[in-house]
Amino acid sequence: MNGRNVVLFIGGIIFGFGLAWGGMSKPEVVLSFLQLKDYGLVLLMGAATVTTFFAINVVPRFLKEPILGGKFKPRTRALSRNTIVGAIIFGIGWGLAGLCPGAALASLGIGNLPVLAGIASMFVGAYVMGRFFG
Amino acid sequence: MFPLGIWPYIVGGLIIGVGVSFVYILTGIHSTQSSLFSTTLSFFSKIPYFQRKEYLESREWRLYFAAGVILGAVVYTLTVSPDGWWTTSVQLWRLVVGGLLVGFGTRLSSGCTSGHGISGIASLSTTSAVAVITFILFGVITANLVALLGVTP
Repeated sequence: MNGRNVVLFIGGIIFGFGLAWGGMSKPEVVLSFLQLKDYGLVLLMGAATVTTFFAINVVPRFLKEPILGGKFKPRTRALSRNTIVGAIIFGIGWGLAGLCPGAALASLGIGNLPVLAGIASMFVGAYVMGRFFG
Repeated sequence: MFPLGIWPYIVGGLIIGVGVSFVYILTGIHSTQSSLFSTTLSFFSKIPYFQRKEYLESREWRLYFAAGVILGAVVYTLTVSPDGWWTTSVQLWRLVVGGLLVGFGTRLSSGCTSGHGISGIASLSTTSAVAVITFILFGVITANLVALLGVTP
């Protein structure tokens, strides 16, 4: 395991711990947000985004490059029809299952075995996208 | 507005942000989630879409990252969780059909709640802002429609 993989593994542990702490590993909690009964998901995404905002926009003013090498570069994507059509399809799936990719992994970690079927489906969906629309 | 209180969400979000920031400050990598599907498929499918350079370069660390996410939730369950091991009562067909759409849609859109939602918005990307507004809007419509049809949970 090289240094980069160790960092990603530890970062993943922190990420998964936070997802579980914030209830995102339970589809029921996500669905209660989407049914507009519990607005907590906005707080969670806000807190995560503000923290990350500092890492992406402020830390590079004091640190020339990442500690283990590489480059600081904000995450940007060109806006296209696919961005929007994809987001619509993702939104419908999210509203059906109460699962997004990271939360599904964390859900497995809290012992929610039925989510394995959802994760397998996500791989199938990603395959169909790449195979026929990529 | 917040039947479970606000603190689990704020603390959970801060922890997630620390995880993403930790990886970014050390490596410059945006540790986002949904690309995992495409990069892992590159081990099994020879078609050019999956064999692109960025997927081959990131497929290994994405597996370590995903393993970490699962393990982090295991650690939560074994330490501070008030519930212990937990199973959803959301019906299986919803997980399966929803999962298909999530896998397809996130890859077509190049991001999910983490890529567009956390890393994209934190990068002040307007593309990500458009994506986030769109998937939340359609998530809200779908979840309410399903509930309206009497499907619980």
